[in-house]
Amino acid sequence: MLLIPCPYCGPRPELEFRHAGEAHVVRDPSLSSDAAWGAFLYARSNTRGVIAERWRHASGCGRFFNCLRDTVSDNILQTYKTGEPRPDLALDAATRRQLGDVAPDQSVAATEAAR
Amino acid sequence: MAEASTVLRRLSPLATQNTVSIGFLPPMTRITLRGEPDAARRVGEVFRAELSPDPLRANAAGARAALWLGPDEWLLLAPEQAGLAASIEAACDREHGCVIDVSHRQVGIEVRGTAGATVLNAGCPLNLDLKAFPVGMCTRTVLAKADIVLWRREPELFHVECWRSFAPYVLGVLKQASRDCGF
Ligand SMILES: [Zn+2]
Repeated sequence: MLLIPCPYCGPRPELEFRHAGEAHVVRDPSLSSDAAWGAFLYARSNTRGVIAERWRHASGCGRFFNCLRDTVSDNILQTYKTGEPRPDLALDAATRRQLGDVAPDQSVAATEAAR
Repeated sequence: MAEASTVLRRLSPLATQNTVSIGFLPPMTRITLRGEPDAARRVGEVFRAELSPDPLRANAAGARAALWLGPDEWLLLAPEQAGLAASIEAACDREHGCVIDVSHRQVGIEVRGTAGATVLNAGCPLNLDLKAFPVGMCTRTVLAKADIVLWRREPELFHVECWRSFAPYVLGVLKQASRDCGF
């Protein structure tokens, strides 16, 4: 079982949490085309590597927060409160090395470059 | 194996003086507050027990207690008293807080005894060691398949709150765990 550090309650067992999809997906009210609306609703980055996700401490404080998780190793690298910016990825790479995670980071770099 | 004998010593009522008693608590008044810190301060004055801004803290004042459940959420417990919610709501600016009487939504269960933490841990994944979960700590968590609020009132006294329809299940899980531990 993962221990997930809730930004409010500290490290807690995975059982208490619910996954809530990719984070930082912003709804643009000016979206007018069906394609753009469809992309907002359904297109996700599906990153191989570090991804920012929303989680909810459902059986705890009840709050939503964001979480950087490595989809290769399932390592939870960092959690942060909703509304805060996504932490610097350079720092994440250092954290990943610290965690002994040797998965290649190319897909992440490519995703970041495309933004 | 040293570990097995330690477990046996902890669990066997024949080997030690370990005890546990589990039972429903009498009806009480329960109020939830969702609101900003200033609303919590005002409610605390009327309720005569401070609503802690610190996470996972329960503040008991006599028979009343205010439990932190989230950064803007508290559970207030008090002996049965009609009109308490109304007086708190009157004191709390509606713009900054929401007060709901949930007295009948939940049921309280008391788990008392030296083996209380062991029995709770049959269904609760938290570390209930006194150092990790000290007296005065409270949180919403899980017990088997039910959501509960867990509050350690004394080193060997836990207050469990669960939703009414889950009460027979939660009590059953605790009693079964207690039987499995040999009590
Ligand atoms: Zn939490």
